[in-house]
Amino acid sequence: MNFFLLSRVASALFIMLGVSCLVFFLIHLVPGDPVEVMLGESAQLGDRVALRSVLGLDQALPVQLAHYLLGLASGDLGQSLHSHRPVWELLRERIPATAELAGAALAIALLVAIPLGVIAARRRGSYWDRGSMALALLGLSLPNFWLGPLLILTFSVGLGWLPVSGRETAASLVLPAITLGTGMAAILARMVRAALLEVLGEDYIRTARAKGLSPTRVVWRHGLPNAALPIITLIGLQLGALLGGAVITETVFSWPGLGSLMVEAINRRDYPVVQGAVLLISLSYVVVNTCTDLLYARLDPRLCLGAKGG
Amino acid sequence: MVSPSSRWVDRLTLAILLAWVFCALAGPWFAGQPNEINLSRVLMPPHGGNSLGYDDLGRSLGDRLLVGARVSFWIATGVVTLSATLGTLVGTFAAWRGGWWDHLLVRLMDLFLAFPGILLAIALAGLLGPGIGNGVVALAAVGWVGYARLARAQVLSLKYRDHVQAAKVLGVGEGRIVIRHLLPLIMAPLIVEATFGIAAVVTAEAGLSFLGLGAQPPTASWGTLIRDGTRYLLVAPHLVLVPGLALAAVVLAINLLGDRLRDWLDVRGLTIDG
Repeated sequence: MNFFLLSRVASALFIMLGVSCLVFFLIHLVPGDPVEVMLGESAQLGDRVALRSVLGLDQALPVQLAHYLLGLASGDLGQSLHSHRPVWELLRERIPATAELAGAALAIALLVAIPLGVIAARRRGSYWDRGSMALALLGLSLPNFWLGPLLILTFSVGLGWLPVSGRETAASLVLPAITLGTGMAAILARMVRAALLEVLGEDYIRTARAKGLSPTRVVWRHGLPNAALPIITLIGLQLGALLGGAVITETVFSWPGLGSLMVEAINRRDYPVVQGAVLLISLSYVVVNTCTDLLYARLDPRLCLGAKGG
Repeated sequence: MVSPSSRWVDRLTLAILLAWVFCALAGPWFAGQPNEINLSRVLMPPHGGNSLGYDDLGRSLGDRLLVGARVSFWIATGVVTLSATLGTLVGTFAAWRGGWWDHLLVRLMDLFLAFPGILLAIALAGLLGPGIGNGVVALAAVGWVGYARLARAQVLSLKYRDHVQAAKVLGVGEGRIVIRHLLPLIMAPLIVEATFGIAAVVTAEAGLSFLGLGAQPPTASWGTLIRDGTRYLLVAPHLVLVPGLALAAVVLAINLLGDRLRDWLDVRGLTIDG
């Protein structure tokens, strides 16, 4: 276990370093002179020199990279060009909103996907199966920037049940979470069905049935826990799509999270904030996936032995 | 046996896709004046059989939808061609060469996979500057990794097969072995992946345009139509409903086609989510 743990953590650290370097180079992708793009063509020479110095662009590239990485190690992500506040401070204010939205979306996705996948697998080939999977395919095909306004139109404007946007009350969370969770629910439902179908053909399921256990107990007690491994991996991987999708969902609902901060920063050409947001979201994704891998290893000890042996 | 309902779904899928491709290719000849402003028709809802309504500047939504179909089709085709070619080349090269080349390229793929896909595309499009060209670059820069991983896995499983070894022993050049004896065998899963990829790119392009990072005014994209429509959601919901419906129908049809192709080509383990 220790070997597996160490190798996974080392690999995650390596990826995190790579991600940080890639994010550092992002600002160098700005066509032409980033300082001119940020300040506009009519900016004074003095302002340009000052900004170049603030961003460290007047130094050699390796020196800039070293400064950037050292800054990161001490939690310094630079300063916003718009509000002149430290980037980390701006990000920190927005983390709870995004975490809340992603958590709620994940919960909705699980609550919808597991029953849907189980029904489809238990009644394979039936209308229930086809109906659930058609619903999943539909959920996958609805873009969140359309589903969001559609939900607003129905539940906020039409029925007046839920707020249109913002994050004032707990009810404000419902529509953004459904919007963000739908795609993940659809993918998970398909996965739950596939994983469960694979497991339901195993001998121990036949034994459980032969013992006289009810079909429901067989599925929930013996089927689902054994089908959990690929589902957990998929949840980890899909969290990336969730965090990426949050950028658009937050914009639709004016949800004050990291995603909307990033879009605001792009529109203001506040590149240090864009860099900070991309870095924070990507690093959280790496951490979550590493934790998923470790959880996977805990659930299936064969994985550790495999890693040790090969 | 194919059930009547699934035959019906197949026909509908085909009809939607043909309509999309036809609009993309032939749209300019019958799109009318998508940018013609007519203030007497501002926010008019759909009426009669030949109108889908008008936007905040009195422009015909139907005509703008046709232009949007063209934008989404060409961007999707361009991005998928670009990323599938690049990904297949990188993945095949990594698996075929092996050794430290493989190590290096796998690390690079892992690095790109560490970013939530659309997030990196949004950041890249934002930094490169709004516009269709930069959108294509941003989406291709993110999209190649899936194809590279798939091509690598396929080539790894095939490179020690008898027919490849026999070709080597007979003195066939490496390039020729890859092109003649490997690539045709890995095409099926790549085609299925590319089909799902088109659906993903159509959605992602519309997403970038929704954020103001894709097609720029006055060019219409389904994403910009939805974004502009949300401002008038209460008074003219058709501005959001119509382009969204077109987008969802096309994405759904492509996903259905991908599912069918996967079954037909007997490709296992590939899903929409990759």
